[in-house]
Amino acid sequence: MTSKLQTLPGVIIAGFILLFVSGAFSALLLHSPDFNFSALWVDPYYRHVTVFSFYQSFLSTLLSVGLAIPVAHALSRRSFFGKELLLKLFAATLVLPVLVGVFGLLSIYGNSGLISQLLAFIDYKLPFSIYGLNGILLAHVFFNLPFAARLLLQPLQSLPVENHKLSVHLGISHWNKFKLVEWPCLRQQLPHVCGLVFMLCFTSFATVMALGGGPKSTTIELAIYQAIKFDFDLQSGALLALWQMILCGTLAVIIQRLSRPVALTSGATLSAPVPFCDSKPARYWDTLWISAVAVLVIPPLLMVFINGLNVQFLTVVTDTVFWSALKNSLLVALSAALIALIAGVLILITSRSWRLIGLQFRADKLELLGAIILVTPGLVISTGIFLLLRNVTDVFSLALLIVIAVNALMALPYVLKTLAQPMLHTAQQYDKLCTSLGMSGFSRFYLIEWRAIRLPIVHAFSISFVLSMGDLSAIALFGSQDSTTLPLYLFQLLGSYQMESAAVVSLFLLMLSVALFALIEKIMVKNHVVK
Amino acid sequence: MIKFCSVKYLYQKEQFNFDIEIDTGSIVAVLGASGAGKSTLLNLAAGFIDPLSGDIQIAGESILNVQPYHRPLAMLFQENNLFAHLNVADNIGLGLHPGLKLTLEQKAKVEEICQQVGVEKLQTRLPHQLSGGQRQRVALARCFVQNKPLLLLDEPFSALDPILREEMLAMVKKLAARHKVTVLMVTHHISDALNAASHYLFVDQGQVSSAGEISRLNCENPNPSLRRFVQAGL
Repeated sequence: MTSKLQTLPGVIIAGFILLFVSGAFSALLLHSPDFNFSALWVDPYYRHVTVFSFYQSFLSTLLSVGLAIPVAHALSRRSFFGKELLLKLFAATLVLPVLVGVFGLLSIYGNSGLISQLLAFIDYKLPFSIYGLNGILLAHVFFNLPFAARLLLQPLQSLPVENHKLSVHLGISHWNKFKLVEWPCLRQQLPHVCGLVFMLCFTSFATVMALGGGPKSTTIELAIYQAIKFDFDLQSGALLALWQMILCGTLAVIIQRLSRPVALTSGATLSAPVPFCDSKPARYWDTLWISAVAVLVIPPLLMVFINGLNVQFLTVVTDTVFWSALKNSLLVALSAALIALIAGVLILITSRSWRLIGLQFRADKLELLGAIILVTPGLVISTGIFLLLRNVTDVFSLALLIVIAVNALMALPYVLKTLAQPMLHTAQQYDKLCTSLGMSGFSRFYLIEWRAIRLPIVHAFSISFVLSMGDLSAIALFGSQDSTTLPLYLFQLLGSYQMESAAVVSLFLLMLSVALFALIEKIMVKNHVVK
Repeated sequence: MIKFCSVKYLYQKEQFNFDIEIDTGSIVAVLGASGAGKSTLLNLAAGFIDPLSGDIQIAGESILNVQPYHRPLAMLFQENNLFAHLNVADNIGLGLHPGLKLTLEQKAKVEEICQQVGVEKLQTRLPHQLSGGQRQRVALARCFVQNKPLLLLDEPFSALDPILREEMLAMVKKLAARHKVTVLMVTHHISDALNAASHYLFVDQGQVSSAGEISRLNCENPNPSLRRFVQAGL
């Protein structure tokens, strides 16, 4: 059943990825010829940057996951009006263009944000500044708490309903139920969730860039960018990039060890309400947490809508820079998502046919190769490619192509994660039947996969699209006057404090993401009707 | 013992209407097609759902406003009767104290019931390290340490093989006699009812359409749907 024709495309794709990454990697090696890793500890700036990266990731993880536990717990047992919408928003915060989220947070907690304006009425000044560690933590919690809560909600919802009935029947109190029933089931998931959130915060780029506010709050990721873009210190850039790669690699290995695979379902999962002994304190407790998280997540997004329609609207939309940024963004997002999807599907076709004949190990390795970007952050790859092509050609003329390639690579793990299970299942179900009917190649993909698992395929595409649309880390190095994307344009506006124009651009970025998800929703509904 | 007085319940436009009286010490088999309302009957008694109207009494007292865990009954489900991450002894111990703070006396009681159901060597195991039959024994043990006068069984043995099922039913019968417990058991199998029960209830379209002593559960029963049910099951 495993013909070469079937497995070859996936292997070729994997070869390309390997070539691309190792090209970038060797460029980094060539530019740090003395491997002066001791400098990373001797030099106080490098040391500070490394320590701060760990420090902020640690605090962000602690806050995000720690607070996500009571939120997930409250959500698991309450049903209320708008719960579905809230869970959808939760799913959105992670794929939301980072700078849009940052803009929303700025317009509430910023120096001229809503809170400081309200305080000004009673002649108070904002007691904190959003720039620096405060802002980084706030933004990381804003992005990751809902994500963590969603991940933790899954094991809670997978508890059999009999367990809830038994708890009621045996009179197990809230605290005892949490301790004896819910916590053990959360605990299995926690290391993995903590690992994921830590990794996301550790490699977070746009947030730190927009809210870091100075060398005091700089992470390794940002230091790479600054070394290359502002100091033209290619050696330091390369050294830091290698350092980041080593740290991320180590973290990824640790997470792999800690984890059991989490199947992330798309959209909101709603199960039937579970029976439990309710009481007034319990109701207050749950209401407190659910309102708190709603207050964290909803207002910043709302502010993006409210602020977006301002006097600058016409100025921005009549500006050619805006239109070229929009065009570039759409081009990058569309191409990157298509490439990621095609590459992902081809890799999975190969890996699943290996799996079916028992070559698990080989299949695992192939899929791991597709997710290599998790070990080598986008900025690190971009740095490598930048150094590699710098001597050969004018890198800025190829900017968009490189950005597309890097973004496709960054989206690939999401595609693989979303499609691995469904693709394998359809193969397990239909492979023999397809072979006996002589179905193969594209027509088989169209008739079997596209018809049967269109939902996850479309979902994978839209996630890739929105991620690439909002990404700043790949374009940051290559961006120039001719090749701006919306996130970069937004960043430049934020950097020069043109808040009103920034608001308009944020609104556009948000609307494009929302529009895409709404479109998918429509396809999903249509699909359900067909069923 | 337990009495349903014109208990009405509505679930997604399906009407349920129960009027039942069960005597102390009897083992009552609740029979009926899938979706007829057998589990609804048990869920009403256990307090997982509340009736629209009517009254449910145990030993002459209404239990409608009594919290589920204060009701004088123990319950066993078809599956997931045990908490997956707690070992056998802890799972049984939950029947004695819902926070697992057990006295020495209570610990001895766990030990004793483990011997009675034959799982004394498995006390430190987790549920997934047990066979299906062993898991239900442990769950049954918990029901009996709860020391309640009424036991509700919601098809707990239907996934087991016929020999094991017979064994388990014999055990229920033995323990019920020893602990003086009244049993209400939902089952699909006519043979289970004939083996273990003293009485039967036949639930049809949301109400009890026939009830009586187990000897009347045969092909000559005047109720036509029960006749068909028995014929198909024998």
